[in-house]
Amino acid sequence: MSVLVDDDTRVIVQGITGGEGKFHAEQMIEYGTNVVAGAVPGKGGQEVDGVPVYDTVEGAAREEDADASVIFVPPAFAGDAVFEALDAPIDLAVAITEGIPTQDMAKVNKRLGEVDTRLIGPNCPGIITPGEAKLGILPGNIFSSGNVGLVSRSGTLTYQVVDNLTDRGLGQTTAIGIGGDPIIGTDFVDALELFEADEDTEAVAMCGEIGGEDEEQAAKYIAEHMDTPVAGFIAGRTAPPGKRMGHAGAIVSGSGTGTAESKINALNDAGVPVGDTPEEVADHIEDLL
Amino acid sequence: MKLHEYQAKQVFADAGIPTPAAELAESVDEVLAAAEDIGYPVAVKAQVQVGGRGKAGGIKLVENDDEAREAAEDILGMDLKGIHVDRVLVEEAVDFTNELYVGVTMDRGEGKPVAMVSTRGGVNIEEVAEEDPDAIVREHVDPAFGMHPYQARKAVYEAGVDRAVANDVASVLRTLYQLWESRDGSDAEINPLMVTADDEVIAADAVMNIDEDALFRQPELAEMEDESAGGDALEQKADEYGFDYVRLDGNVGIIGNGAGLVMTTLDLVDHYGGSPANFLDVGGGAKAERIANALDMVFSDDNVDSVVFNIFGGITRGDEVARGINEALEQFDEIPKPVVVRLAGTNWEEGLEILNEDLVTVEQTLEDAVQRAVEYAEEVEA
Repeated sequence: MSVLVDDDTRVIVQGITGGEGKFHAEQMIEYGTNVVAGAVPGKGGQEVDGVPVYDTVEGAAREEDADASVIFVPPAFAGDAVFEALDAPIDLAVAITEGIPTQDMAKVNKRLGEVDTRLIGPNCPGIITPGEAKLGILPGNIFSSGNVGLVSRSGTLTYQVVDNLTDRGLGQTTAIGIGGDPIIGTDFVDALELFEADEDTEAVAMCGEIGGEDEEQAAKYIAEHMDTPVAGFIAGRTAPPGKRMGHAGAIVSGSGTGTAESKINALNDAGVPVGDTPEEVADHIEDLL
Repeated sequence: MKLHEYQAKQVFADAGIPTPAAELAESVDEVLAAAEDIGYPVAVKAQVQVGGRGKAGGIKLVENDDEAREAAEDILGMDLKGIHVDRVLVEEAVDFTNELYVGVTMDRGEGKPVAMVSTRGGVNIEEVAEEDPDAIVREHVDPAFGMHPYQARKAVYEAGVDRAVANDVASVLRTLYQLWESRDGSDAEINPLMVTADDEVIAADAVMNIDEDALFRQPELAEMEDESAGGDALEQKADEYGFDYVRLDGNVGIIGNGAGLVMTTLDLVDHYGGSPANFLDVGGGAKAERIANALDMVFSDDNVDSVVFNIFGGITRGDEVARGINEALEQFDEIPKPVVVRLAGTNWEEGLEILNEDLVTVEQTLEDAVQRAVEYAEEVEA
């Protein structure tokens, strides 16, 4: 079992003819992902590595009976590409692109309230169910199949924690990179709900970072609704206020909201152990299982 | 990206928001000439992007040439919280009876824009928000429609703004929202929005911060960014190289890939008793040259005593990273600061084969690499 994606998921790649889209489509196929179509305006009728390309997401979804779309489109056009996926419609859209203007995402966010599509990202590494399918840029070889769910705002930090888990033989059901932007489609609470409902997920590792209040809300959700145990990690304890730490969403405000301390305290209060190092997150997960 | 006060006021004035008469000046003579044009009293205001300019002596109200000369001499060339002042705004002093606050920002929790009005302007609005949140009226806006006129009126009435100026304030708020939207603002603020004895409203200060990710479609504002340059020399250099970089005050230099992992590396330096000197994210898929540039950045920070290089490759390849590190270090007769390298993920084994271990210390885990770098920094300090 897993959440959101498995080897039956039929995937479209938006931007499959671009450098990144092509490279990662190949990687996804090599991993075993069922990539059934590409969607690139003006490139309909072509093929990339045997995958048929359509001019529109709607056409690709209809002709190839697709369930999901991964978006590798440059930031200036990515807001439009996400809208196209939402309106196609498609069950799951995964936006990898970093640097989409925030106001474009506010409009996407409004539309998300009106459709049934789930959006993961943007500015995320994607989602992987080890051994079945990956939608995004995660390096498949570090993951292994097992019963730990993982949700994270950061890409490479996810890899670090997964590496620590896999090293000890702690495999994963599904890993979801929810993205480092201020406005994202799937937040911690959404991801935790999915893992709570998944029978095979026996513990969840949650990697948060400074900025916003998503982790605080997740803590509340865990305390009130979750039986599956959770261990946490929060990056950015040493970040100065008012500075954007790489991710657009990773910023402690001048008035002091969004600090690592506030998030760690909220999680601890909800009974969630928080590691001081990525290695300690794996320790906690081992204890919880 | 933050606009300077004079730039933001120009943007506001062009959109029809009343602002005081003002001129930019870069010398004492220019200050005196501007003051004469505008007529005393005037305010002489340092154009630097730091909070609390007034308290730090960066804003002075002057009544005549002698005072203007003295203020200009004091402020031009001063160091305001570490930033050199080379420009002042000479501005008509507004005689006000009341100070309001209006602002527009993105409420990230809601994923929606929010407009704000308060009758408690002229003070730090974040403190007001903390002490008395009800003193600020918030009105969320549907980004698909923009701000309806009624929403601006509603917010202004609810805030208890004097009826004599309510329509004008609502009009300023709506214009501010439109500017925020059309110019890809992250925050737009007028604090204070002054009310005069004649019931006129005038924007006595102006804040306009622009979403960096939208600068590609705001060419006019992107040009202003060049003008508003200033601040830390290393942060400017990072801009040229295209790195996400934040300077801190410790002595362990940090280079890594991916925001979360780099933040984690900083935290671990602190956790193991060291003090991070910087945040530097080389981003995804960095090639050898970019890696060499990153080392150059960190080496040029005099505070740095040791460097930890932590790469977990997804799209970044270990062999490219190793080549970049060799390239950067082989040009020195003596390595300026000890470098600890940890490579994991894509092609890490090839990377370790390529890496010249005479020049760097290699560690297998993140925790070990950080501890080693902290030890090196302590040895240098001792």
